[in-house]
Amino acid sequence: MDVLAKRVPKVYGASYVFSVIVILMMLVTAMPSISYGQGDPTGAKTGTINDVPAATAGQPTIQELGNAVGHNSISINLVWTLLAGFLVMFMQAGFAMVEAGFTRAKHVAHTMGMNFFIYVLGIVGFWICGFAIMFGGVGSIGALGGTPGLTHEITMTLFGKSFGLFGGAGFFLNNNVYDVGIFALFLFQMVFMDTTATIPTGAMAERWKFKAFAVYGLFISMIVYPLYGNWIWGGGWLSALGTNFGLGHGVVDFAGSSVVHMVGGVAALAGAMVIGPRLGKYNKDGSVNAIPGHNIPMAMIGTFILAFGWFGFNPGSTLAGTDLRIAVVATNTMIASASGALFATLYMWFKYKKPDPSMMANGMLAGLVAITAPCAFVNASSAFIIGAIAGVLVVAAVFFIDQKMKIDDPVGAIAVHGVNGLWGILALGLFADGSYGDGWNGVAGPVTGLFYGNPGQFFAELIGGIVCFVVVFGLMYGFFKVCDKVIGIRVSREDELQGLDIPEMGVKGYDDSTSENMEVLPKLETA
Amino acid sequence: MKKVEAVIRTSKFEEVHSELSNIGIGFMTFSEVKGFGVEHGATQIYRGATYDAGFVSRTQIEIVVTDDRVDELVSTLMKAAGTGEVGDGKIFIYDVKDVIRIRTGEKGKDAL
Repeated sequence: MDVLAKRVPKVYGASYVFSVIVILMMLVTAMPSISYGQGDPTGAKTGTINDVPAATAGQPTIQELGNAVGHNSISINLVWTLLAGFLVMFMQAGFAMVEAGFTRAKHVAHTMGMNFFIYVLGIVGFWICGFAIMFGGVGSIGALGGTPGLTHEITMTLFGKSFGLFGGAGFFLNNNVYDVGIFALFLFQMVFMDTTATIPTGAMAERWKFKAFAVYGLFISMIVYPLYGNWIWGGGWLSALGTNFGLGHGVVDFAGSSVVHMVGGVAALAGAMVIGPRLGKYNKDGSVNAIPGHNIPMAMIGTFILAFGWFGFNPGSTLAGTDLRIAVVATNTMIASASGALFATLYMWFKYKKPDPSMMANGMLAGLVAITAPCAFVNASSAFIIGAIAGVLVVAAVFFIDQKMKIDDPVGAIAVHGVNGLWGILALGLFADGSYGDGWNGVAGPVTGLFYGNPGQFFAELIGGIVCFVVVFGLMYGFFKVCDKVIGIRVSREDELQGLDIPEMGVKGYDDSTSENMEVLPKLETA
Repeated sequence: MKKVEAVIRTSKFEEVHSELSNIGIGFMTFSEVKGFGVEHGATQIYRGATYDAGFVSRTQIEIVVTDDRVDELVSTLMKAAGTGEVGDGKIFIYDVKDVIRIRTGEKGKDAL
């Protein structure tokens, strides 16, 4: 409430002195100079043959010149991969803000705590063994200078073919993998893993015991994510469906619609099913109560941060700044984010006469998730269509999961990441247009989808999706059930009603002095 | 002395404030309150589920005056705070046993 206050600051003395200083500075800089000394203000003379490392300065041999070119090439790639990784790291802040904004104020320290600590647990788990399991057998990555030491993949022979199961090199980033390219790869892949790990914190928010969440954080970063990830990106058997069985280029997933988002979404589904809905979400007659989030601006800023970070997520997956396809990847990403948000908003506007901001945000994220696999392999119009379908899918999925399946997902994580993660790899199998990807997964020729004459690719993607769902759901559902039996994953009824901040975290996220955050509870039926 | 307590629309507060100043009442306590009566709050729709907030927000004003000023105060309040729509609010009048100024210890009418 505004109570108009009248105050007129009088700072005459200071502003006079300030103006005099500014005028003097302008006079000094405007004075004409005859020479710039030894400096190079345009940059045209900076960087010459004298800067090429050579035994005789300024006279490099062809060998030395070649070395410099190769080194610069790898440097561009490595710097690009690292910078992209830093952008994806910032997405942790985006996820934290989206989840906190879409959940209630009384739980905010707990929600934020989970989103913060998952970053910590993820790094530790991935360093201990997650990276080794996922990339221990990936072999040489040329773009990063050869990544020597990642040559141990545990395989199984089936139908006369070699099935890569998981890697076994690089535990604790030991001295066998003490290589700049590998360290860059670790950082980049770690932030992708953390994106997966943070997805279930949204679906299970407002009732997850922090202790149980911490155990989960280690389990997903050390075992589950690396396992499926090895099969797609680590040289494992799903990526070899092309070389082994002639199915397109095997399962192709450029930046992780399945590896990152579908794994996260399926884990979220398993977790939400085991932990159960929030108190007051569903009535005995099955009707659904809305439990609105407490800070829409926070959630939308978080969505923008995620969209920004996605410019590292997708284009960074080339692992090479010298691969100029990054321009196509980035632009496809941007287009799909827009069509996703647009169609989700249109759907809500049409159905409920109001453009719900939370669905706008979910729509943009759905478009981004869906384009994550195909972004390098499709043209701009396909990117638009893929995003548009994602926008419609996410809204329909939210309703289906919330109202028909009666699974309480406070932020729509299952609909955004699970459903659209699957759509992303299927979309790749449909829309890949053959303009990129020659030699992908060891198969000659560019990556093409069903609409461009290659149904094998679509079937490979379908197999990938089915395997992802079955294995990840099986592992995570089993894990959550066991965890629930051993330590219990859900907080007590009193804690959930009062707010998790004090009982779980020991501090209140917001101080109580304003009445803004007082909640009027939805109808609670005493069980 | 009487305490006049009014629950009014927040959007009317500025007008009430200036009208009261015009009749020489320039002291009050006010707070933001929630409540419900006939109105239960605007219908909202969040992710496909309609709900009403269950309460409306209002401003509560409390003014302590001498008995001779009560009628003038009440009629000014009603004129300034009323819109003719459901939800304009209510005025409650209480007896006040005593008023004391903390700084000086003055009591009764001298403390107002």
